[in-house]
Amino acid sequence: MKLSELGVGKTAIISEVKGQKALRGHLLDMGLTPNTCVTVRAVAPMGDPIELALRGYRLTLRLEDAGNIEVEPVSMVCSGNCSSCASNSGKRGKRS
Amino acid sequence: MILALAGNQNCGKTTLFNALTGSNQHVGNFPGVTVEQKIGTVKKTRDGSDVKIVDLPGIYSLSPYSNEEIVSRDYIFNEKPDGIINIVDASNIERNLYLTLQLASLGIPMVIALNMMDEVKSNGGSINTKKLSEILGVPVVPISAAKGEGIEELKDVFIRVVENKEKPKPVDYCTGEVHRAIHSLMHMIEDHAADAGISRRFAATKLVEGDESMAKRLKLSQNEIETIEHTLIELEHEAGVDAQAAIADMRYDFIQDAVGKTVTKMSTDSKQHKMSVAIDKILTNKYVGLPIFFIIMGIVFYLSFDLIGGNLTDLFETAIDAGIEAFRSWMTDFGTNPVVISLLCDGALKGIGSILSFLPTIIVLFLFLSIMEDSGYMARVAYIMDKLLRKIGLSGKSFVPLLIGFGCTVPAVLSTRTLSSERDKKMTIMLLPFMTCTAKLPIYGFMASIFFPDHTGLVTLSLYILGLLLAVVMGLILKNTLYKGKSVPFVMELPNYRIPGLKTTLLLLFEKARDFIVRAFTVIFGASVIIWFLQCFDIRFNIVTDTESGMLAQIAKLIAPVFSPLGFGNWRAVTALISGFMAKEAVVSILQVLTNKDTAITDIFTAASAYSFLVFTLLYTPCVATVAAIRREFGNRRKGVMVALLQSVYAWVIALVVYRVILLFV
Repeated sequence: MKLSELGVGKTAIISEVKGQKALRGHLLDMGLTPNTCVTVRAVAPMGDPIELALRGYRLTLRLEDAGNIEVEPVSMVCSGNCSSCASNSGKRGKRS
Repeated sequence: MILALAGNQNCGKTTLFNALTGSNQHVGNFPGVTVEQKIGTVKKTRDGSDVKIVDLPGIYSLSPYSNEEIVSRDYIFNEKPDGIINIVDASNIERNLYLTLQLASLGIPMVIALNMMDEVKSNGGSINTKKLSEILGVPVVPISAAKGEGIEELKDVFIRVVENKEKPKPVDYCTGEVHRAIHSLMHMIEDHAADAGISRRFAATKLVEGDESMAKRLKLSQNEIETIEHTLIELEHEAGVDAQAAIADMRYDFIQDAVGKTVTKMSTDSKQHKMSVAIDKILTNKYVGLPIFFIIMGIVFYLSFDLIGGNLTDLFETAIDAGIEAFRSWMTDFGTNPVVISLLCDGALKGIGSILSFLPTIIVLFLFLSIMEDSGYMARVAYIMDKLLRKIGLSGKSFVPLLIGFGCTVPAVLSTRTLSSERDKKMTIMLLPFMTCTAKLPIYGFMASIFFPDHTGLVTLSLYILGLLLAVVMGLILKNTLYKGKSVPFVMELPNYRIPGLKTTLLLLFEKARDFIVRAFTVIFGASVIIWFLQCFDIRFNIVTDTESGMLAQIAKLIAPVFSPLGFGNWRAVTALISGFMAKEAVVSILQVLTNKDTAITDIFTAASAYSFLVFTLLYTPCVATVAAIRREFGNRRKGVMVALLQSVYAWVIALVVYRVILLFV
């Protein structure tokens, strides 16, 4: 599923980041890399953009751009502390 | 020695820059672009060495994807600083170190200033800086820029590092196929990298990331580019590795590992983080977020343009006028030539005075804006307003500059500096003159009270709305023509709320005031003298006693027919418009001077042509202070003048349409 479809308060693990080179590069640089856990914290008053929590900080992203990020929802609640999340998703073992 | 100060946005970079350099700052532009560049001289180094620091824009990476990143890269590669100070926010260390890893691979002597250590400590956390320094291969100095802690030590360390040319120790964060690809490219491009003066490790990594501008900078041959492409294709298809994502991932993995070994407490557990989340539950709330924003802006406007700024401006004005009059009588007593007195008092001083009287308003407005910016609220404004502005091809970050435009266009133009993309900045500036500034309000009031006495409010409101509608139309046109394409991706951090530093705020205000005064004494001074000259002399350079026979009126008579289709082809109206170029307030005062019991204002205008005149006033060339500001931001004199001329052209067209439509109905 896409990150833009993930509901408020839900947490997911990023599986793939798509999109044009510049956008993609920017998303990856900001820490939205595959296997990272990310929580949708809120939606702006007009319904867009959305507010995310990842890697211990908060980021805002337009729904349109969030549509380039494929995620797998997880049931756990994200503390924003990704090391606990990464160990659950087997991040360490999944190195290329 | 020259050092570059690099770091993420919101990590206290400006505070550190101010702490290191104090007021020894010089503001210029980065070579070839209009991005502001601050250079400061470090005060009181222990061994007396002369150290200059260049403040790079706030960046998250050294990719070539955003304006700031390109400017920073170009600066480092072209100007080759002797060293880099990388400021890292210890309370948000994971994402901050992403840039650090890239900076360290540049092979330039470097120091990490680990900022906000006071915050980390007050939350009961700790960071093992010695170990962190070992892992990253770069000296780490814990500091608190806001409290001035660790600054002296930082100075000692960076002077030592630069003098001994201590380059960062190479850190290998890549593994597997990507590692092999980077190393094989490092050998291939070795000579090119040496020629370009770029570390081969950094260059090879960027090439594997698919950075085309790096290939250009290294001046690679077609053959070599094809080899690189082949390597990348091989990586992607045979090894199944997506190099761009893999490298970002490996950097973050390495950082996570380093953070795990050195940091004891997570950033999300901090008081500041929890407090910010709580505040945002209100300020970005679905229902009250927008109303609160408008209330805040309302208060800021009231204080800036009315209660504090407005009253101070009135006081300033009175003081300046009194000063000028004192000067005039002193010179008259002295027996100075009346022409010289008039030149100094009516031309130069009055022009400068009318501009300087704006100073209090601008300072107060900027005080509030800088508080909004430094506290972190501006990022929230961009977040809640983004959807609205995206429709005309801008992002939420443009909202505040546009709003300030309703106050005064000059600070609005200056505030577009906070916009990250050059495209967004220019487009916002192009839309700004459509926002009715407070100086135009008296013209609306004056004309409406004479021609539409029962509907003054309605007439004024209609002009505001017309301006907004035209801004939307203009935005849509620009979006599809001159500034095609999307605005930069809106990927913005929501920093923790912080109490703004007094020193940083005061320095910023001082800078704005100086900037404004310099402008008042150059461009505006020149324009005032020209207008004065045109008013007081006729074409034979004789002094005139009434405005009618002056050159300005003569020119106005010449131009007047151009405005006949608009209903006000009258030299008096045109003289007022030309004077309005100095300051819009002048339109009313000149109209009052030029009308008397022989020629009443009702003889010049009909109701329809009065409205058409107001529409033209709303849209035509902004005042000289604004044109000067626009010219500076566009970094190009011709473009600044072009914007001004273009505006007069469409002002004419739209006023014509409005006038003709009104005539159909009356």
